[in-house]
Amino acid sequence: MSAASNARERLARQGKLRQFITPEGVDLELRIASSGLRFGALIVDLGIMLVVLFAFTLLIGWLGYSSRSDVFESIWLLGFFFLRTFWFIGFELGQRAATPGKRLMGIRVVARDGGRLTADAVFARNLIRELEIFLPLMMLGFGAGEDRVSGLTVAAGILWSLTLSLFLLFNKDRMRMGDLIAGTWVVMAQRSKLDQDIAAETDGAATMAFSENELAVYGIYELQELERVLRARDPRAMREVADTIRAKIGRPVAEEDDVFLLSYYRQLKARLERKLLFGKRREDKYASD
Amino acid sequence: MIVPTLPAAAIDAPAFSTIRFRAEREADWIAFDALLTRLEKRGAKGLSSEELLQLPVLYRATLSSLSIARATSLDKALLDHLEALSMRGYFLIYGVRQSRLDRLARFFARDWPLAVQAVWKETVIIALIIILGAVTSWSLVTSDPQWYYSFVDESMAGGRDPRATVEFLQATMGHGKAAAGEEEGALHVFASFLFTHNSGVSIMSFALGFAFGIPTMMLEFYQGINIGAMVAVFTSKGLGYDFAGWLFIHGTTELFAAALSGAAGLRIGAAVVFPGARSRLQAASDAGRTAGKVMVGVIIMLLVAGLLEGFGRQLITDTVTRYAIGTAMLLFWLAYYYLPRREEAA
Repeated sequence: MSAASNARERLARQGKLRQFITPEGVDLELRIASSGLRFGALIVDLGIMLVVLFAFTLLIGWLGYSSRSDVFESIWLLGFFFLRTFWFIGFELGQRAATPGKRLMGIRVVARDGGRLTADAVFARNLIRELEIFLPLMMLGFGAGEDRVSGLTVAAGILWSLTLSLFLLFNKDRMRMGDLIAGTWVVMAQRSKLDQDIAAETDGAATMAFSENELAVYGIYELQELERVLRARDPRAMREVADTIRAKIGRPVAEEDDVFLLSYYRQLKARLERKLLFGKRREDKYASD
Repeated sequence: MIVPTLPAAAIDAPAFSTIRFRAEREADWIAFDALLTRLEKRGAKGLSSEELLQLPVLYRATLSSLSIARATSLDKALLDHLEALSMRGYFLIYGVRQSRLDRLARFFARDWPLAVQAVWKETVIIALIIILGAVTSWSLVTSDPQWYYSFVDESMAGGRDPRATVEFLQATMGHGKAAAGEEEGALHVFASFLFTHNSGVSIMSFALGFAFGIPTMMLEFYQGINIGAMVAVFTSKGLGYDFAGWLFIHGTTELFAAALSGAAGLRIGAAVVFPGARSRLQAASDAGRTAGKVMVGVIIMLLVAGLLEGFGRQLITDTVTRYAIGTAMLLFWLAYYYLPRREEAA
């Protein structure tokens, strides 16, 4: 990975960050959810809705058949309507402001102005969804149903309705038409477990000492990549990373990979954090020490 | 923030180290996480009063830890965890300030009628458009019945066209002999069908609003066209008075709701075209929130209209009673929405 692509990646990550300052004055740095996650969440939700609808239909069909009453026909109609309209609204009104699909993808709805997410905003953003999902389908159905309309007209209609549905691809905040109107956006809300502090472990293993020169070759980016590898505990990845570091600092292969990596990680982290306390933040190995 | 300057000799056992920082504060984070998890699962009832009092303290401790960690720690897993925890805490603590019941009561008492009041100009415009549509098609069909067939879909009309006999038309309104018995069994099916269908149309007319409100206005005009054409058929057979009653019992509620949904759409369209001093985005989201409240109300109104249409209209066949109910509903909605309300005590 070159310095240029590294910097580009960081910029892209920053492009997705939005300042979000709490009343306590801390910037929570919300990250905008990607369109792929949004689409995934929608598919999951539609899938669950379909399953629920199927089960509901079977139940109503069975009840209707056994009781021979047509009350169930209207119950089904109403049930379908409520499922379709209130699935998204109901879940997004909850504490976590996310449908099951969104929860699975680790994203949630947030009011753009940092205030609380109000019910009217949730209603507005989800009623627009009707249009975004069903208009292209209606256009498609219209085209299939009516022979009078030329294929070109149908294509134009579908294209027009798709630009509404795919609106979120055309703005950097990934806002749907509904988000735009409700004043909301969808951000990452992943939970991460509090993993153990690998720098603090005292497992009694023999630790190696590295010289200042050996530690001076890497920056924060490399440190955190090393942390990721150490936490994942994949022996092959650890071997590869250990060999790379050994080659870079000119050490022979003398000890176990995990002992080597862990000692290197601890000392590199201590060194970089010490510099951090003095106001020097070395982003990656290309930055000057 | 604590940023101690370290004497060079003390580097091996510094007064401040991220390891010590974590060891000192970790208990707070774990406690906060546990409280949040319970709050999410069971709401405020899941916590005792001491725990509720602890919540903001732990929240602030976590936020302060996040600030310190960002400035001093390079442990990615720790930073990610603190960020996620602070965000969860922020939205839970600042997110909901009222109970659901309070919010519901407030919606019916203030939010809904005030939102409808706020879009009164748009409501008038949409109402005029519907009337214009109705008058246009009424005069066209009256002068040349052939127009009817280009206005009203055959499946919608159900035989109610200019060729129909007076007796048949009477029967469709629930008068005369043919009407009795046949439809009564399926009243609720009819009512729920009408409700879901009308809600779908209203949601569309709202959602199409952002295209500068033009599709909304077209949709509402078309609704007017339909009504006007129908009225023309019945008036030409001298049944105008009865038909108006048949329409009136639920029509005052349903058409009011249709006009409001159009008004909500128009409000958004207008905000996008003429944002005024605000930014276009800000204007759109302000309008969207007002319109969102109006739309919740519209769905409730349509539920009422569906009930009136499915049950009331089929069971009440007396034209005068129909007029009375329709008028009463109209007066009720007008009073509910437009009677001035006391300023809210801050």
